[in-house]
Amino acid sequence: MHVMEEKVMIHKFKAKDLNIVLDVNSGAVHVVDDISYDLLDEVKPPFSMECPKNIIDTFSDRYKEEDIKEAYEELKNLYNEKMLFMEDQYEVYANTRVKSPIKSICLHVSHDCNLRCKYCFASTGDFGKGRKLMPLSIGKAAIDFLIKESPDRPNLEVDFFGGEPMMNFGVVKDLVAYSLEQGKIHNKNFRFTITTNGMIMNDEAIDFINKYMDNVVLSIDGRKEINDAMRVRVDGKGSYDIIIENFKKLVAKRGKKEYYVRGTYTRNNLDFANDILSLYDEGFKEISVEPVMDDPTKEYSLQEEDLERIYEEYDKLVDEISKIRDSGKYINFFHFMIDLNQGPCIIKRLRGCGSGNEYVAVTPDGDIYPCHQFVGNEDFLMGNVLDGEIDQDIKTQFAGAHVFSKPKCRECWARFYCSGGCNANNYIFNGDILDSYDLACGIQKKRLESAILMKILEMLKQQ
Amino acid sequence: MKHVITINKANLAKSANKGGCGKCQASCQSACKTSCTVGNQACAREEEEK
Repeated sequence: MHVMEEKVMIHKFKAKDLNIVLDVNSGAVHVVDDISYDLLDEVKPPFSMECPKNIIDTFSDRYKEEDIKEAYEELKNLYNEKMLFMEDQYEVYANTRVKSPIKSICLHVSHDCNLRCKYCFASTGDFGKGRKLMPLSIGKAAIDFLIKESPDRPNLEVDFFGGEPMMNFGVVKDLVAYSLEQGKIHNKNFRFTITTNGMIMNDEAIDFINKYMDNVVLSIDGRKEINDAMRVRVDGKGSYDIIIENFKKLVAKRGKKEYYVRGTYTRNNLDFANDILSLYDEGFKEISVEPVMDDPTKEYSLQEEDLERIYEEYDKLVDEISKIRDSGKYINFFHFMIDLNQGPCIIKRLRGCGSGNEYVAVTPDGDIYPCHQFVGNEDFLMGNVLDGEIDQDIKTQFAGAHVFSKPKCRECWARFYCSGGCNANNYIFNGDILDSYDLACGIQKKRLESAILMKILEMLKQQ
Repeated sequence: MKHVITINKANLAKSANKGGCGKCQASCQSACKTSCTVGNQACAREEEEK
């Protein structure tokens, strides 16, 4: 539950016999005893010198008066130190990135794929626009466009995406070389990532990826039977036996560079913790498994009524990951990562991925869209890299999508962690980038509670 | 304190002082592509200063 009083907000929840309180606007996290937890239902700023009589009367049937007074005093001290009921003072930053440079592109080097995954948002690779590969000339124009549109941004990102980008591997290699060459001329650091299904992966490709890609996202759903029910080849057979070996080989040679095995869970595997554990058992340590986002009428799509079951599964995952870590081994689950002491600045936290504003997707024809999930929707066509002009109305619309312009986010305790969620999901499910998709929000909030809980458990163990 | 254990110190307001430099990665480029999370990212500037 959360308590909101004008511009202050806390979120409190119970987990593993702990009473946890997040002060939304400061980011402070506290573990409190039962008295303090209950008091927080009634106590709000301004605090008085002494604990008010009505507060003592409300709780005197459960707690001793001196304990109530003592807990009140501690809460008051936290408030005075701006670690509880801190006011939201961040709306002034909401407009700071309206004229933001573009620093990141999702490069669709292939609108073709060698898999026919049933839940694919890209219509099995071609985004509904026909199968094609990006010519090198378009790719170069996209890199030139990124450099031109990123004044004052030293770090640029290029994600090779598809379809399946390895189907156009020659162009990927040439574009890496071209980017590095242009980066030297224009003082830009390029950070490359690739998202691949692992179907085409020889030693040369593995060595190239490991040398040049700062991060690699390896698509696999977990257990063989789960993966093969969704991630099927053109001939209808499952992909697991091929990709698991390729991914193992790649990760074994990757050293300490970043990677994620990344899966999708659906209504057909609500026991998805088992898929994460299966990936771990196969030797992968950096894991991201996420909810499917697809037409609610599909039989595998998640429904509101599945949420309680999904929450239980994240609880199970907390237990299982804790067990692995307690045994001295390493595992990282992407959506349980949280840095309570540092993390991104508040300005970054007001907007999620920066789609349509700092981040765009480019198709094989050079067309520019706010992100990969908008590709093919002509209402969101922003321009083409060949003429380099960009639709400023669409860019401004996306720049204006932040936690203060999204009505549900304004009232939500998780707003500075998910940062307004996914604009594409909002549009696809609710027809408006500002109208948050409740199902995704529910899952996101559960993952954040789990992440905070895991961090607390680790810290309490260290004490 | 007897009733409260504070796990971390408040920090979001301070982060505004040197925030907004834009050096950090777009969150969607990391490992999700369908469900954005920003809170689990690192600050690129802090990483540089380490």
